Order: sequence, then C-alpha cells, then structure tokens
Amino acid sequence: MALTFSEKIISKQVGEEKKAGEFVFAPISKIMANELSGFVSIKQFKRYGFKKVFDPEKIILVPSHNVPNKDVTTAGHAKTMRDFAREQEIVHYYELGEMGIEHGLLPEKALVLPGELVVGGDSHTCTYGALGLLSVGMGSTDIAAAMATGKSWLRVPETIKVNFTGGMPEYVVAKDLVLYLIKRLGVEGALYKTLEIGGEVINAMGMEGRLTITNMAVEAGAKAGIIFADQVTKDFYSERGVEEDGYDILLSDSDAVYSEEVSIDVSNLSPVVAAPYSPDNVITVDELVEKEGPINIDQVVIGSCTNGRISDLRQAAQILDGKKVARGVRVIIIPATQNVYLQAVKEGLVEKFIEAGAVVSTPTCGPCAGLHSGILAEGEVAISTTNRNFPGRMGHVDSKVYLSSPYVAAASALKGQLASPLEVY
Amino acid sequence: MLLRGRVHKLGNNVDTDQIIATEYCNSENPEELSRYCLLAAEPEFHKKVKKGDMIFAGKNFGCGSSREHAPLALKGSGISLVVAESFARIFFRNCINVGLPIMICPEAVKTATDQDYVEADLSKGELIIGGEKVMAQKFPPFMQDLVKAGGLLDYISSK
Repeated sequence: MALTFSEKIISKQVGEEKKAGEFVFAPISKIMANELSGFVSIKQFKRYGFKKVFDPEKIILVPSHNVPNKDVTTAGHAKTMRDFAREQEIVHYYELGEMGIEHGLLPEKALVLPGELVVGGDSHTCTYGALGLLSVGMGSTDIAAAMATGKSWLRVPETIKVNFTGGMPEYVVAKDLVLYLIKRLGVEGALYKTLEIGGEVINAMGMEGRLTITNMAVEAGAKAGIIFADQVTKDFYSERGVEEDGYDILLSDSDAVYSEEVSIDVSNLSPVVAAPYSPDNVITVDELVEKEGPINIDQVVIGSCTNGRISDLRQAAQILDGKKVARGVRVIIIPATQNVYLQAVKEGLVEKFIEAGAVVSTPTCGPCAGLHSGILAEGEVAISTTNRNFPGRMGHVDSKVYLSSPYVAAASALKGQLASPLEVY
Repeated sequence: MLLRGRVHKLGNNVDTDQIIATEYCNSENPEELSRYCLLAAEPEFHKKVKKGDMIFAGKNFGCGSSREHAPLALKGSGISLVVAESFARIFFRNCINVGLPIMICPEAVKTATDQDYVEADLSKGELIIGGEKVMAQKFPPFMQDLVKAGGLLDYISSK
C-alpha cells in the first residue's frame, strides 16, 4: 500500500501499517516541554502517582516563556521544572545561559532527528517538521502521560500536499510564503491534517526559512507541517556532528493518497502582513496602506520561534544598518537562542541594532504570547515577526498586532508606520 | 449522562488567548482561571455564566496555543458542555484529557439561539433544542474509552 510520510512514521513507531483515520498509541521518540505548560504536566504526573519518567534521555525540558523569571509565581514554575529535571535525572534540561526559545533550541542542538515522532507541550512543536520528522503539539496532560509511558495516542492524519513554485522576488521570504499559505487554506483549512510542504522553492530554501514555514502550520489548524529531509537537511545535521547513518530519511510514496493538493506560484508575490485579528487576514503591505491609509506603530518585535534565527536577524540588520528607528517607536529584537545571540554579537549585528535605537533582549517568548518584556497598552499597535495576532495576544485586548517578515518589521521600524522594505531600503 | 443548561453562543475561531489570556495562566486552579474566562471575547461572561451553562460555538473553537488552562477555565466557569461546528485539535485533546464534555454538531450550533435551554445526553450524543432532537458526531470507540475512563491519565492508570 502506498503511504504518506505521516503514515510511514506512525507505522514505523507502532510496528504495523497504519493509515489515515486510524487511532494508535504510538511510542514517541522525544518529548519536549517548556515551563509554562510543563509545570502543569509535572503536577499531573505527580498527582497520578507516577514515580519515574519512561526514559530520562528522551525528555527535553526548556524554560522559555516566563524566563528570566518574570515574577514570584512564574519563578515557582521554573523551579518546579528545574527540580523535576534534577530528581528525574533529565539529560536535556537547558538552564538560563544555555537555553533558548525551545523551537529555536531543539533544531540548533540536533536534539530531534529525521524520521522521528516527537510530541511537545507547545502548539508550535510543529516547527521541527522542517527537519523531516513528524512533530505534534499537545497539552499538559498529554505530555504528562507521554513522560510516564513513552507513548501518545494519535489519530493518523490525512495529508495536504503543498507545492511552492517559481522564483522568489526580492524581499519576499519564508514568512511571506507561509502567510500566503495560511491565507489560501484559512485558519482551519488544515484541521487535524499534516501539511506536506515542498516544491522547487522549498528545495532551494535554507533550513532556517523552512523552520519558519513549518512553525506556522498550526495557524492553518494543522497537526504537523513537514518538509522531506534532503541535502540541506543532511548538511544541517552534518554541521552538528550527526551523519546520515544516525537517522532515517522517509518520503511519501509517489502514489500516496492526499486529501488536497495546493500549488502556489511565488513569482509575483509581494511582502505581506497578517492584519489583526487572525493569521489568515493576509494582505500585501502596499494594498493595506492603499486601503486604510498610513498605519502608525508603537512597537516592533523581531524574534520568536518563527523568526528569531540568525538569517532573520541578518535581514533586520540589512534594513536598519546605519539608520535610526522612528522617534517614539519601541523596537525589541530577541535572538531565539544563546548561540544566535552570540553569533549576532560576533557579526556586529547587535551593534547595528543598538546604534539604530533598538533594544536587544535575552532569548525569551515574552512579548509574543503577551507574557512580559514588551506588552502593549490599550490601543497600541505593533508589527511583529511572531506567529499570532489574536485579540489581546501581545497585551491589552484592544491592542493590535500585525504579523510580518523581519524585512517588513525593520522597514516599519524606520518609518514608524507599516512599510514595505522596497519603500525604505 | 444527562445535562440541562443555558446556551452561550460564540462565533468562529475563538482562540485560546480569548478563552484565557497568558497573563492569567499562572494558576491551574479552574475556579481562579474562571474569573478571566473569555475576557477578550465577552468581557461580562464571567459575571453572566451560571453552573451548568453550555457554550455553542462556530468553527475551529479553541485554536491557537496548547494551553490546558483554556478547558480548565471553562470548567471552572461551570460550563457543562461545549458544542461546536469544529474544534482545534489540541483543544479537543485537552477537553478529553481534563474531562470537559464536548460535541461536534454544526446543526445544533445553527439551530440553537443564545440563552436557549438545551438538554444533552452525552452517552447517546444527543441534543434536544426547542423540542427537536439533534444528533452530534459520534466519537470513535477509541475516544469513547478515554472519556469513559475519566480522561487520559485515568485511562492509563487503569491499564
């Protein structure tokens, strides 16, 4: 029988052939938790009397959301996870100083591998699918169960095939492509399904852009977003000391059954934003300004699990280099991990940011999820390279967030209004 | 299990930030969370809601974050059942795991109006709206077992 990528990985894990629509209790390769959902997982784990995690080498714990500790309560959550990591002898616990936003950190440290089935207590766990694996976000109780038993229940997902074709226009980047895709599918267009993303544009794209795309699969409702492992993937792991014999490269069969096929020609695309209050409310910057007039902004956030990697910071620096951010606009730049931060320092990007009038923060999820370090007041407007713009996402329920690429966010920082990079650069 | 409650109607794509914003996710106590439940969608919800009330929502209810605080906040508010045209998948799992009853039933959402009193038979997957019987989508047997056990951890513990 012809199988999709998702069917193959789940079949491999359970040891017999499983097709879309079937339910399984599947052995999990790696389990990830952050402290925000993780403290609830740990409480559940203990409440049900579990003594030991199934395998301390397969659990990855990363404080990322309310760190550096925001207040006494969240300091307690971080401590709950730290203590749990110690008592359970968790190998992959990453303390402040070596941590990062988890979806930046796990790929960077090669903690998840092609061909694996990964679950994580965060909806953006789908990010790792860019590495040729199946990675699914879940809630706290699911993660508690997985930590105890090494298994999770799954419904084998149907698959939507996405094909990006054509040549990428200048200043159109991975974030623009995924926003176009979400617009095309709608926020529930891929509900319960896997998005299998490929085509000549993806083949030519580096790993960082690919991670940006799979990161936002959940914004179309998808269970997972995946990109087949190829030479880019092999090089990515090789640079991290993991060679091809250390993982499994799986592909869908050529006659596998898809629930839908979507093709997007990128050749004539322009930089876009997702306007409030939905990630599928996508429009080009030019069209939006033409329709609504100039849109003033109070804050710019460049970072997050979507766009906090070094290539994202390079794009922002390219725009901001030698210029000043508009007076009155607060620009917050957040490298996703310590390594990205260090690289940005070494390359002189941080110097460019500070000279332009931006602040550079330690890695954290802070403003993206409205937690800390960049909360919006009533009526304020932000442009952000993050992944969600629901009401109240970054602060007050009457604040607004426009989602964009680092290019558009940096260009807007200079103008003090939503701006296309073509306009200011 | 038979339920009777008053309907609160909500639209499409009500996300978990609207159900419970992260700034209130520092507790996992349902009663405490309930004070901030649906603040962004319906600021008065926490005052209006009564024990046994039901949510009738459109498509993709609970989209966004994986936070389990969302079903807990609804549970703490006294919500006895959430009926939606469709659910976001992590929210759907979380409801089963924390024991918040849910039904997928586009017809019921279209039929019921705000403040209606509705009866639900969870074991039959049946809703009575204004005397009319409406059937919800049946859960696959696998999920029925999870629900019967009282949630995922009870299911695992019983094995």
